[in-house]
Amino acid sequence: MSAALEFRSVSVLTPQGRPLLEDISLTVDPGTTTVLLGRSGSGKTTLLRTVNRMVVPARGEVLVNGIPNSSSDPIHLRRGIGYVIQETGLFPHFTVERNVGIVLEAEGRPRSQRIKRSHELLDAVDLDPATFARRFPHQLSGGQRQRVGLARALAADPNILLMDEPFGALDPLTRSEMQDMLRALLARFRKTVLLVTHDLNEALYLGDRIALLSDTKLIATLSPSEFLASSRPEIRTYIDAFQRGEQVSRR
Amino acid sequence: MNFFARYGGEIATLTVEHIWLTAAAMLFSTALAIPIGVWLTRSTRLAGPILGIANVLQTIPSLAMFGFLLPLPWLGERAARIAIVALTAYALLPILRNTYAGIRGIDPAVIEVARALGLTDTQRLFKVELPLAASFILAGLRTATVACIGIATIAAAVGAGGLGELIFRGVASVDNRLVLAGAVPAALLALTADGVLGLLERQVKVRS
Repeated sequence: MSAALEFRSVSVLTPQGRPLLEDISLTVDPGTTTVLLGRSGSGKTTLLRTVNRMVVPARGEVLVNGIPNSSSDPIHLRRGIGYVIQETGLFPHFTVERNVGIVLEAEGRPRSQRIKRSHELLDAVDLDPATFARRFPHQLSGGQRQRVGLARALAADPNILLMDEPFGALDPLTRSEMQDMLRALLARFRKTVLLVTHDLNEALYLGDRIALLSDTKLIATLSPSEFLASSRPEIRTYIDAFQRGEQVSRR
Repeated sequence: MNFFARYGGEIATLTVEHIWLTAAAMLFSTALAIPIGVWLTRSTRLAGPILGIANVLQTIPSLAMFGFLLPLPWLGERAARIAIVALTAYALLPILRNTYAGIRGIDPAVIEVARALGLTDTQRLFKVELPLAASFILAGLRTATVACIGIATIAAAVGAGGLGELIFRGVASVDNRLVLAGAVPAALLALTADGVLGLLERQVKVRS
């Protein structure tokens, strides 16, 4: 079985020549979720963005479904990859249903087909189309907006989903509801997911593999249980930072 | 009432002429400024210099501008041509600046997502950028239109007609009624344009 995503010695530089990523090699198997974990500025978002060529590596290549993405037309490539970000980036002047159907609209599919697909996906993310389809983004709560963002990413039925801190702006309860919903969705529709977060709990809960990045380098790619058991100092530091509250209150 | 019986027809004709001069200038300046403004958002390094040139154009006193254009071939043949070119130059800056600022002011996350979802540059422009910048662009159009209606009164100095005709004649013959016969309709035109465009601006405003 060939990898859904493969990074081969990817390095990214700023226009000034400062490294953002150095020699990253990583493989993501089809239908699995890999979480890119790391502190702000570690390069995890940059790595995610090399997949749909929002960022072009200075060296190395990224293979999407076995094909180097530098050889595909970026517009076509991007329409085939779902994309969700923290700020949702919903189009404020579009209704919810038009937001969800935007990739189909860009592809020139007929309106009736777009509306039908958009309502199916709103159902899938637990938003009743009768209530929500005609609303505008500013009329939704943060969690509802994030659901619409997810529905939009799934609309063209991509087999790869890129998620950049998708639940980062939500309160912990809403966030865990969204995580449950994502898990349920991934069980239903088989997708290869690359998810960026700095939240260790989210990484452990959602990831089949966790790739820890630190200061432009990939430290390790491990399963959640291997990750927790690891004695590597960078990993221990990360885990300890998350368990401080628990440790203090136990004393 | 004697006054209106005598000048009513002329006021009407000159008002129509005034509207025509302003409308033609607005049409040309919009057709120029919106595409240039969009292009500047794609090549931001040129934005400073180009906006600077538009800015300088606006600082030229209007009477001087009409004077500069007078000796030019083709343009100089018809006063209306001079007036329209001068008014177009004045209207460029507000439209250009607001088109540029309106698009640059869009939430970067929205632009990012539009690209990442695979919208082409043209789709991004027409489906996302222009609709989201529309209220800004209209605000620029409104400023430009109101300014043009005022400046168009000066066009009478080179014989281009419009309501300035009555003002200049009133000043020359020390007849305040004539000055007002030109100034009041011009002011009403400006207020109407301001109101209508303001209404339109609120219509296209996007809440976020």
